[in-house]
Amino acid sequence: MRLLLAACLLGLACAGTAAASEEHPTAAELESELVCPVCDSTLDTSNAEIARRMKVRIRERIAAGATKSEIKAEFVEQFGERVLAEPPKRGFDLLAWVLPLVGGALALVAVATVARGWRRAGAAAEAQPTDVPLDPGLERRLDDELDRYE
Amino acid sequence: MTGRLRLGAQAVAVTAVVLLLGLLVWKVAFGGDNEVTGALASGDTPAAPAFTLERLDGEGELALDSLRGKAVVLNFWASWCGPCREEMPLLQEGWERWQDRDVVFVGVDVKDFRGDARAFLEEYGVTYPNVYDGKGSTVGRYGVTGFPETYFIDRAGDVVFRIAGPVLEEHDLDEGIERALARV
Repeated sequence: MRLLLAACLLGLACAGTAAASEEHPTAAELESELVCPVCDSTLDTSNAEIARRMKVRIRERIAAGATKSEIKAEFVEQFGERVLAEPPKRGFDLLAWVLPLVGGALALVAVATVARGWRRAGAAAEAQPTDVPLDPGLERRLDDELDRYE
Repeated sequence: MTGRLRLGAQAVAVTAVVLLLGLLVWKVAFGGDNEVTGALASGDTPAAPAFTLERLDGEGELALDSLRGKAVVLNFWASWCGPCREEMPLLQEGWERWQDRDVVFVGVDVKDFRGDARAFLEEYGVTYPNVYDGKGSTVGRYGVTGFPETYFIDRAGDVVFRIAGPVLEEHDLDEGIERALARV
């Protein structure tokens, strides 16, 4: 019960932070979510002239009261969706989100299958009878060899 | 059962590898990047990739195909690019000298803010047509390696010459235009 309550409180706190970020974005978070179209790195790590201008524009739009979505939409309209550091979750770009999950799931299935195979092989080996009578000729030869070393 | 599973997994893995290899071959063969610049370097005169882009100097769009029958000086630039500032007066002066001789200058403003681009054109008194390519959709198809870069297109729509970097000498500009006009 306590765990459920804690999870609910955490969820509410995250939702509140996201809403605040949407309504009152900071320049720093937008600079980490938008990419310089010339150097393909996020604005916060770029010193290119166009990146500098984009940073100025972000600050102007924040000062004018624009929301994060509005600012991002304006940049996408000018520079296309490649200006977004994270690909949008729709159309062909959805693959960038789905493929890693599918790959991870397939890897888990593969590991589980191999592990099950190993476990079965181990169980089969243990089930093998260990007191199988030796071939009399082989047993005689083994005894002779052991006698030589005594 | 385990043997069948193993066989299935191997088939899936081989298929995935084949698909990825196919994708790589397709990208290399038909990816479209560097088409024009690569062909020019090997002595060909490739067809200029078509585009229709919004005009910066007025309403509506400009299609490259609509200029067929004239030589075209196609200049890729951006307002944030320092060397573009250096060449702009020479390009405007060249446009004034050549505009009555079946030659059209077209500027393509790439990865830029529209407002900054318009201010730039106004600052330099540019009067030839300019279009806006904020997304850089033309860059890969032409093989633009940096800004500015200028391509000379003949009357049939084939690229015959390219200047990488700013055009700073009048005779370089004139050579490109004369090459484009010389081809029928």
